[in-house]
Order: sequence, then structure tokens, then C-alpha cells
Amino acid sequence: MSPSAESPQDSTPVRSTPAGSTPGAARALVIENVSLLGESLAHIVVQDGKIKLVRVADAAQGSDSAHSSDSAQGSADVLRADEVPEGAARIDGTGLIALPGLVDLHTHLREPGREDAETIESGSRSAARGGFAAIFAMANTTPTADTAGVVEQVWSRGQEVGLVDVYPVGAVTVGLGGEQLSEMGAMAMSRARVRVFSDDGKCVHDPVVMRRALEYVKTFDGVVAQHAQDPRLTEGSQMHEGVVSAELGLTGWPAVAEESIIARDVLLAKHVNSRVHICHVSTAGSVNILRWAKAEGINVTAEVMPHHLLLTDESVRGYDPRFKVNPPLRTQEDVDAVRAGLADGTIDIVATDHAPHPDEDKDCEWGAAAMGMIGLETALGIVQKTMVDTGLMSWADVAHRMSQLPARIGRVEATHGLPLSQGEPANITLVDPRAAWTVDPNATSSRSNNSPFGGIVLPGRAVATFLRGKPTYLDSRFEGSFA
Amino acid sequence: MKHLLSTADLSREDAIRILDTSEQMAATQDREIRKLPTLRGKTVVNLFFEDSTRTRISFEAAAKRLSADVINFSAKGSSVSKGESLKDTALTLQAMGADAVVIRHWASGAADRLAESSWMRGAVLNAGDGTHQHPTQALLDAYTMRKHLIGAESGPGAGIDGPTGNDLTGLTVGLVGDVLHSRVARSNIFLLHTLGAKVVLVSPPTLVPVGIGAWPVEVVHGLDAALETYDLDAIMMLRVQRERMSGGGNSFFPSPQEYTRLFGLDGDRMRRLPDHAIVMHPGPMNRGLEITAEAADSPRSVIVEQVSNGVAVRMAALYLLLAGEEGGE
Repeated sequence: MSPSAESPQDSTPVRSTPAGSTPGAARALVIENVSLLGESLAHIVVQDGKIKLVRVADAAQGSDSAHSSDSAQGSADVLRADEVPEGAARIDGTGLIALPGLVDLHTHLREPGREDAETIESGSRSAARGGFAAIFAMANTTPTADTAGVVEQVWSRGQEVGLVDVYPVGAVTVGLGGEQLSEMGAMAMSRARVRVFSDDGKCVHDPVVMRRALEYVKTFDGVVAQHAQDPRLTEGSQMHEGVVSAELGLTGWPAVAEESIIARDVLLAKHVNSRVHICHVSTAGSVNILRWAKAEGINVTAEVMPHHLLLTDESVRGYDPRFKVNPPLRTQEDVDAVRAGLADGTIDIVATDHAPHPDEDKDCEWGAAAMGMIGLETALGIVQKTMVDTGLMSWADVAHRMSQLPARIGRVEATHGLPLSQGEPANITLVDPRAAWTVDPNATSSRSNNSPFGGIVLPGRAVATFLRGKPTYLDSRFEGSFA
Repeated sequence: MKHLLSTADLSREDAIRILDTSEQMAATQDREIRKLPTLRGKTVVNLFFEDSTRTRISFEAAAKRLSADVINFSAKGSSVSKGESLKDTALTLQAMGADAVVIRHWASGAADRLAESSWMRGAVLNAGDGTHQHPTQALLDAYTMRKHLIGAESGPGAGIDGPTGNDLTGLTVGLVGDVLHSRVARSNIFLLHTLGAKVVLVSPPTLVPVGIGAWPVEVVHGLDAALETYDLDAIMMLRVQRERMSGGGNSFFPSPQEYTRLFGLDGDRMRRLPDHAIVMHPGPMNRGLEITAEAADSPRSVIVEQVSNGVAVRMAALYLLLAGEEGGE
């Protein structure tokens, strides 16, 4: 497989494999002087898509001083010539942090059906640029991903593009209609091997349907990812219901519409002894319910979105539809609560809810605008800004919450979210935590530019992403490294 | 003042300037020839995405009496059936050289979007956006209250710098009915507060927005309780929309009869108001629901006068937005 993205639109072209390497295999690679999870300096040698060697350079800091059998030989910070594969590309990792390739449990790719907004290819490119090695593509496409045929199509197209592993999410109910269970077993047994089921965009609001879904997915160790939104309490809702909605005259989306569904669903999961995942937790009350549920031992996991970690409903003043999202931006109190919940593990993971929309669905009046915002490329920088730089989380925590746990929830832990150690697949994200940048929505690799973060300065970003040793995104600073 | 979008961001000075200018405009309307040459050569577009014959006619009369050219543009389209987009309409109006756009739209914030987007350059005058704001309605209400209860140039608020007119300091105004869905209520609340009046909302709890705690108002859930507690100088009955009582799980109160029983203004309740108090309604009225014929047609009612004051206030707003612009404001 060529490391090239094979696309004329690739904004950061990756050079083709040099002569001498095995055709179809990614070129060998050495990442030197990189900080493993922000904890210890190391050299990483990658060959044939796997991590061949991790040589921890600073033995005093690493509890596990080396992951290689050669660690006992002293001068641990130097790679011997014979340890460097012939023709290996070299990347200077000085100042960079190596994380296991990030995993996004919640992405909207719009293909099939709305290729004007995003394709599997453009979404994959945006994901790789954001540091992701795997993404879960939500089911609300046209047609809905509620049959084995559709999920296999999404899965194969993702593999064909080859920039990230695209795992399709299957719909819980036919056409997201909330009434009849979709053939989840067929999707689970298909080549796409679906384990996550969600009607995201719509809530599985009927308690009996939700109960049956929770029971049924136990057949194949699946999980129901619930979009918690009571439909009756949110008819016509435009923004968070509170002080700002009262003044702006926009129909409110009350926090209780989310919290009541979460409360119901954790109790249902307990009753039928199944596994439930809560999408895009946005309120302080939800965090409290989840904290209680986990204390009860209920098998529930939850995710928070970068925009709910950073923005509040105050952004809606001005009626710019780029801030229109579902669930809506909440209050500062809610932002503080979801940050605290993420820090203490009540909320397990960060996912993006990357939701591309074309200009015409956002360059309009608020009431006519679509809900959602893109977020694959800004997620890591926002997590650094809100969680790492504030001291709430370490980089090792980031690896845990944005790679290991989402891979485990999505049951792809055999291939993703694995530690950066010898023998593991070389899914690696290099982060430059000091590469501050100003977000420019038009510079995205996504086909849509509906980001609310334009003009915001983020402290760092992914500068290189590797999927099974193959560079899927390289910052311009590495231009020539693979020449 | 480049646009008139909301009373929430209107300064006290600007508000009083509009009221004072309205006074002058109203004075010209008693003359034999009521047309002024002030806005000759200017084009004012009435852009209505929502039917409102009354408001459109009022703006049209105001613009014509200032000699502006008026184009009425009825754009079909609603939140349900999207017609031409606001953006394309705005680009069209820009191409036609509109100096001011008077916009009525079903979406809250549509006027703000029009003013802040790069779609067009002219002045934007909000004639009602969703359940957000309807600033000229609040200004004509304030004008009516000042005229009846305070007077333009004497009284408790006299003597401020700049504009010479009074504000509404000392008045207590009751707004009765559906605040949740009312742009008239929102506009009035913030303007009355800016002008120094005390605002009492008299509404069923279902029709008061969550988050109202941040507003400069007092809330009472019953008209009898409000009449007992406050000496209201003006009482404004808000229109009850038919769709708010459409039965089943979507109605905000049990029945029209119950609403009338608790919140309707009839003759008996009207007589419990102080003698000088005035009765107001933004129209159109549901006679027999929020107000009885006896109250609506009584000598205390200034409802018809509100309509004529509306023309003067809208003349003032158009004048202040358009006449000064060559001066490089």
C-alpha cells in the first residue's frame, strides 16, 4: 500500500514510497527524541506497520525504562545502527508528544447521501489531520446505515481511502424511525463488524424500544449509543433554555430533556444488565446522574464534545448559526461540570460529533440553519486548552480518553487504542503542544467549513498521524522527511 | 444609530431622541399637507416574510409621508416551507439600491443577521423577528404612555442633557399575558426599564420564559393579585395566540374561559385601576378573551391612538436612520 493519500485534493501531499522498499508496504520510520505520553523521552522504530522498538532515552523518568529487550545494554538513549531499518524515514520528535492514534467514537461523514457536505474521503482526511487513526461514522446517512449492505459500503470505502479506519455505526431502528429495531445482528456479522448502534440525531425515545435494543445487542457484545433528547420537551428547540434563550426569543432546549432520558436509560441498562453509552453529555445534571450510575455499578459510558468543553450559550447572542448545535451550547456552570466529569472519569471519553454542513445550511437566519459543527481538526487543541493546560488532565489521560477507552467502548481494542510498545500496530499521533495556531475554518480538510472556532487560538495540534506505520497526515515541517 | 434592531441595546439617549423626534413628526401630521420632503430620493423596502398588514401599512405610511420611495416585498417562506432565502433576498435588495429595509420575519434574530452579515449595506429596521423583538411597537407604546401620563417636557424625568424630553421614571406598567412568545413584551420590558419605569408581568407560569430571573421585572401570576399589589399607571393586554390553546399537550392553559377568568381585563377589573391609568393593547385584539369590549372601548383605552402614534414613531425612526447619513455619521 502506498503511503500516498492518492488524492489530488490532499493539502499535505505525502511522498510516495522510495525505491528499494517493499512495494505495498509503508516505509520504515524512526521517530527520535519524542516524549511518550508526555512522560519519558524515547525513540520509536516502526517497520512493516508495527512498532519494532521503543527505546526510552531518559531512564530516570520512565518507570518502565525500555520496551525493548536491548534495554539492559546501557546507553539507552542511542539507537544502534543495526536497529535502524535501511531506508527508514527519520522524524525529529524533539518537543513532540507521541500518543496512540486517536479514536473518535462519534463522527458524521454524510456519505452516502450528502456528499456535498462530506465524503468518507474528505472526512477521513480531516480526521487524520486532527490526529485520528480511527473514527466511528454515525448512521444518519441517506440511506440510513440500518442494513448490512450500507455498513459494508461505508466500511469498504473507508479502507479504500485508507487514511483512518472507518467503523460504521449501525442504526438502532429502521430509518432512525424509533419504532422497529433494525437488523443489528446482520450488521454485527457483516464485514463491517458493527458493535456500536445509535440513532444519533434522534433519540430512541420509546422506552420499550430502548429496552429491547439494550437487551438485543448483548447477542454480539454491542452497545447502544443514546442521543439523549426527549423529543416532546424539545419540540422546535433552538438553543439551551435559560437566561439567554429568554432574551433572544429562541425556543429553549431544557437540560431536563437530556437528563431525564439518561436517568431512564441507565436504569434500563441496569434492569436488563446491558451496556449503554451516552452521546454528547452537555449538562451538569447529566454528569451527576452518570456519577450516581457508575457508583451503582451500572455499565454506562459517556462522551463529551470539545465544543461543550469550551463554549457557552452566550455565544448565541448575535444569532450566528455556526453556534447552533444539538445538544446546544450550555452555561458556564455546565461547562465546568463536564470538565470536572471528564477529569474524574464520570465522563469516559471525548468525541467530536463532527457534523459537516454546506454553506447554504449555515449562511442564513438562525431558525432556518442546520444543527452541528465540524470538529475533527480542533478536538485535540481544545482538549489541550481546556483539560491539559488547566492541569485537569495529563497527556497520558488524553491517550486514555481519546484513544484507549473509545477503542474499548467501540470494541476495536484489538487494533486501536493500544499502548505504544513493541509489537503493537504503529497507530501513532504526534502532538506539538507548543504549536499555537489560530483556527481558520476555511483551511480545513473537511468539505464543509462550519466551525464555530474561527479566530480562536488553540495551544497545540497534531503534527503527524500514522496508521499502521503509514503517514496519513504530516505537517509541512516534515516535508522532505519521506522524500 | 445605524440600525434599529432591539430595545435591549438602545441607549436611554437614543430612545428619548426617537420619542422627541416622534413628537415633532406627530405635530406635522396635524397640518393640511402632511407630506415632508425629508427622505426624497431614498428607497425604503418593506420586506415581510410574515403577513402583517397593520405593521406594513404603518411603515408604508411613515415612509411615504417622508417622501421616500417605498417597495413592498412579500417573501413567502416559513420555518416549515422554505422559500427564497433571506440571504438571496438581501442580495437582491442590495442590487436594487435599498437605503433601508424594514424587515418582519418568523425567525428570531433575522434582523440581526441581516444587519451583521455582509449581504447588504442599508439600514435595517426590525419590524418584528420571531419571538424576539419589535422595537417600534415598544417605542410607540412608550410614546403613548409619556404623552398621557407624563408629558414631553415636564415631569419627574425632565432636565437631562442632550434630548430635552422626559423618560418614564416613576411609572408602573403592567404587561398581561403571553410573555414567552411575545416580541412586544420583550421589546417593552427592556425599553421601559431603560426609560426608568417599573415593569410588572402578569402571566400564567406556563407563558413566562425560563431564565426570566435576569430580567428587570416583577412577576405576578394573576390579574387580581396584580391589581391588589400595584398601582398600575398603564396596563397592556398582550394578544393571546390561538395556537397556544390548541388543546391536548400543546396548550399553555386549560381553556380560554379559564384564561379570561384569571387574566382577562373586564370592566370590573378596569375600575380597580387608579383613575389616571390607561388601557393599552398592541392589536389585533381577541375581544372577549384577553379584553372585554367594555374595557377596550372605554375612555381609558388608548388602543386606537397607539395605532396613529405608530406612524409618527416609525417616521422618526426612519428619519433618524436615513436623514443623517450623508453627514458621515
